[in-house]
Amino acid sequence: MGDLCTDSRPIDLLIVGGGPAGMSAASTALAGGLHVALLDAGAALGGQFWRHPAPGAVDAGDRLHHDLSTYRALLAHLTANERAGRLQVLLGHHVWTAAATPTGFAVHALDRSGPVGAERAVTLAATQMLIATGAFDRQLPFPGWDLPGVFTAGGLQSLLKGHGVTAGSRVVVAGTGPFLLPVATGLADSGARVVEICEANSPTRWLRHARTLLGSPAKGAEAVEYAAQLVRHRIPVRTSMAVVAAHGVDRLESVTIAGLDSSGRVRPGSERRVEVDALGVGWGFAPQLDLAITLGARLEDSDDGNQVVAVDAGQRTSVPALLVAGELSGIGGAALAVREGQLAGESALTAAGRAAATSPARLAQVRRDVARGRAFARAMRLAHPVPPAWTEWLTDDTLACRCEEVPVSRVRAAVTSGASDARQVKQLTRTGMGWCQGRMCGYAAACLAGEVAPSDGRASRGSLPAAYPVVAATERLVATPVPLGSLAREA
Amino acid sequence: MTFTFDGRSVPFVAGQTVGAALVAHGVVSWRTTRLAQRPRGIFCGIGVCFDCLITVAGEPNQRACLVPATVDLVVTSQEGTGHDG
Repeated sequence: MGDLCTDSRPIDLLIVGGGPAGMSAASTALAGGLHVALLDAGAALGGQFWRHPAPGAVDAGDRLHHDLSTYRALLAHLTANERAGRLQVLLGHHVWTAAATPTGFAVHALDRSGPVGAERAVTLAATQMLIATGAFDRQLPFPGWDLPGVFTAGGLQSLLKGHGVTAGSRVVVAGTGPFLLPVATGLADSGARVVEICEANSPTRWLRHARTLLGSPAKGAEAVEYAAQLVRHRIPVRTSMAVVAAHGVDRLESVTIAGLDSSGRVRPGSERRVEVDALGVGWGFAPQLDLAITLGARLEDSDDGNQVVAVDAGQRTSVPALLVAGELSGIGGAALAVREGQLAGESALTAAGRAAATSPARLAQVRRDVARGRAFARAMRLAHPVPPAWTEWLTDDTLACRCEEVPVSRVRAAVTSGASDARQVKQLTRTGMGWCQGRMCGYAAACLAGEVAPSDGRASRGSLPAAYPVVAATERLVATPVPLGSLAREA
Repeated sequence: MTFTFDGRSVPFVAGQTVGAALVAHGVVSWRTTRLAQRPRGIFCGIGVCFDCLITVAGEPNQRACLVPATVDLVVTSQEGTGHDG
């Protein structure tokens, strides 16, 4: 890693996020001759999908990772370019804000790669910028979701893939979407007893999109592989079921699982109690939009209740010289993110007046792959919506906001007294005002306020929009909380 | 390799975070909330939710899921804002 202060060559393309999309975009831009900086908050490249322990750590093994050959090829190319001085890889760097300048962008990061308490503020200038910050598990509050032992599905996965830690011995994985399967099979492979997977949606939703879903041979093979693992580990997948409550005194001891009707209402009499010591929940993903919103990129509604960054065929946003790739332009997974990253890299080359790094024939193939990947991702999202009636699972004392400890009763009182969106709920109750900045509770608050209504993609429910930009409730300028002292130390 | 958590030795392997090592050691919570004094530990595991706040080398409100464990690091549970002593 070069010393930023003495490096006189300007950064042609600054990439925030070193996951599949960011690595791929960097590789393409480097192949075309650009000088690239790649920033990531983590200790290693790969992001959440290719999550690898830091060098020297115990590796949970290749069995937990898909498409490792792509990762290794990208990493080898990036490492060679880093050695040659064409790429700066800045790990442990948390980008907290960015601004457009007359010559491009000024990007402000906190370097946390040193010991705790020694954060250093750094500012980088770049001609073009790509945001590839990925996504996090979308959460819905439910009674007891604040008990230790309740994790996001991604939290269980990161403990396992990044650290070789199995967070429980008897585990239920619940929510909706294909991501629940690798989480469950990974835990079972590592010795946990996965009692069951609760998929809230019904398999009949799959049938509506069967043609698209079956039109992807690679994804089909992946599904067959998971099915085989589920059988081998005797993990039952129960559909139209959800964990509607978690129980315990100071930690998770059991969950209530209930059958759901087609709108997500609990079927009377279907509740059963299951003893567990860990629970993983996820309701799809929400993109990390903060920096894109800060820079003023135009958003558009996606079909899964998220807003995403609007892009053209080259992953360009509405802001000049600003690109995004991966989950920010629509939740779609790693394979799609790699190809979008490649397209974004090519766009950066074109804007810099460079020749393409990819042959026209290959580029046409990448575009076809992206189109097919997006169609598949859309079908997956439509097959796994948030159940419209989920708010009926809540009790008055369920925490709506974990950070500020705001119960649902207080949010509902605010709505009764006139709050009609997440921002007003926040002003009246502090919901979304805490450390997580609304990432855990923002979607839920918008649902409770009647600002949005989950849609199953078939018909709109009344006049309410289905999509919600988690972070827009605040229009925050700070993408991650920053200790003020470290800014004062900025040289 | 070990670090200390509230005076106890907690083993870890290179590359593990403080939070991952605690979970592996059977510790699921290490702070109490400001209002209801409820226990909290790791929830999202990727630095987004800020539930796993912990005091590291005297600095409160560090995310246990992001702070790498190091030999002899002194880690303590925290109450409320972490500034109450």
